[in-house]
Amino acid sequence: MNHSDPLVLGIETSCDETGIGIVRGTVLLSNTIASSMDEHARYGGVVPEIAARAHLDELVPAINAAVAEAGIRLADLDAIAVTCGPGLSGALMVGVGAAKALAVALDKPIYAVNHLVGHVGADLLGSDIDGSDTEPLEYPTIALLVSGGHTSLLLVRDLVSDVELLGETIDDAAGEAFDKVARLLSLPYPGGPQIDRVAAEGNPKAIRFPRGLSQPKDIAAHRYDFSFSGLKTSVARFVEQRQDAGEPVPTADVAASFREAVVDILLIKALAACADYGVPRLLLGGGVIANQRLRQIATERTDAAGIALRIPPLSLCTDNGAMIAALGAQLIMAGHEPSTLEFGADSTLPVDQVQV
Amino acid sequence: MLLAIDTSAGTSVAVVDLTRGVIAERGEADTMRHAEIVGPFIVECLREADIAPAALSGVVGGMGPGPFTGLRVGIASARVFALGAGKPLVPVISHDAIAYGHYRRGHSGPLVVVTDARRREIYWSAYSHADAVGLPVRVSRPGLAKPAELDDPNWLHAGWDRLDAATVSAGELGMVAELTHSHHRSFALNEPLYLRSPDVTLSAGPKRVSR
Ligand SMILES: [Zn+2]
Repeated sequence: MNHSDPLVLGIETSCDETGIGIVRGTVLLSNTIASSMDEHARYGGVVPEIAARAHLDELVPAINAAVAEAGIRLADLDAIAVTCGPGLSGALMVGVGAAKALAVALDKPIYAVNHLVGHVGADLLGSDIDGSDTEPLEYPTIALLVSGGHTSLLLVRDLVSDVELLGETIDDAAGEAFDKVARLLSLPYPGGPQIDRVAAEGNPKAIRFPRGLSQPKDIAAHRYDFSFSGLKTSVARFVEQRQDAGEPVPTADVAASFREAVVDILLIKALAACADYGVPRLLLGGGVIANQRLRQIATERTDAAGIALRIPPLSLCTDNGAMIAALGAQLIMAGHEPSTLEFGADSTLPVDQVQV
Repeated sequence: MLLAIDTSAGTSVAVVDLTRGVIAERGEADTMRHAEIVGPFIVECLREADIAPAALSGVVGGMGPGPFTGLRVGIASARVFALGAGKPLVPVISHDAIAYGHYRRGHSGPLVVVTDARRREIYWSAYSHADAVGLPVRVSRPGLAKPAELDDPNWLHAGWDRLDAATVSAGELGMVAELTHSHHRSFALNEPLYLRSPDVTLSAGPKRVSR
């Protein structure tokens, strides 16, 4: 096997994106994504069984497309990497079964990796999408990963061997909160882009919504944890009061104020982690990073604090197979042994387990 | 030689050949460990049969019917193994393997194959007989039913021999594929037989939070 620039195919099926990525070392060759998002729209959120069925339908076409785009043959691969958790268990199992079969059919080693750490690994590929060469990711870094499935704050001392969970959401993921509030405002799914669109016309200071787990009593037990269910309830109460009074709901102001509350607490906690651990680097990942306001405030606050901010290209922020391939390649380059074939899907895989 | 994979009940993997029969087979009845054991089983069967993926002539996938989470693991494995090895995928209905085994053991006559669909439901398929080459002749497509429906004396296949199976043999699945191919019969569609819609209920809209 090529240990300096391994050619790795990554398979990601932890939620509603069937992601197949191919990398050579840190060079991105293909980032093929088939999403079942549209099929979930009428339900207002990801339906696990619909997602898993879509993965089974999309896997082979996505692998074929990725291989064609990368201009390689499957036989050229040095290894297969696959997300084995955390995520939706039935969805993960499709990718795990497929990855094992591919590895055996090709007689290649397999690396079973952690989805969340994959989000951090996505940064390694960032330079090749827009053609500009960014500096390599430096360690340690704080990573804030925000999507419809997770909201996690990590301290990454080393991508392949030392990742620590500082905090995570204790109820809804931030992306879920966006979806739920969008429904309260009669906006379609997925809620993030809709809230972003409507909020552009609103005043973020119009309504002071609560910042979850920010009170002194909460900080003691949940310094880096997040909570969005109280915020969602507070938005619902506000909307109901207006409706009960027969007054119009100021949708733009609600959206802007809600978004402000989410963005504010995400960055308060992320910057607190940077300060507490003396780490002048913050990496963002996950689909919610598409949010314009989050990017803007993150830029302002990290600039003010002298913290280097890294945001991978959006196509690598949402769930994808390229980040999984990139993490697999890093494991190989660091000399890690492949996974044995007995691993399963672990829907609650802890983030300090980079490889299973 | 064919590699056959079925996870419609437990997990079963085999390597078979038309003339030599089942050359290697691994089975596990546990319905919770498909994703874990499918990989090792494939490796063990290929090793025992002493065949490289490139030397296979195809990969057989059991299309169910089966409870969806497990069923998908085997189909995903079969499809992607076929892709990786550059071999055709051969879809076979899992119940046909059960019926094939039944007739091969000397039984004859009409047969209803029944497997567990969970949630107090069952999957069933009806066969009239085994034909001259030993292939079971399915007369009803696989169905999903409440157990009581099959006990009803007015049911379409009431009074037929009934075979309740807890496992599906990939060896028998593979042999059905070998016979189907060598006698130019048509294969099943390359589609999982879930026979159930995904469980989703459209929400009636956000619930009130204030009293
Ligand atoms: Zn993710």
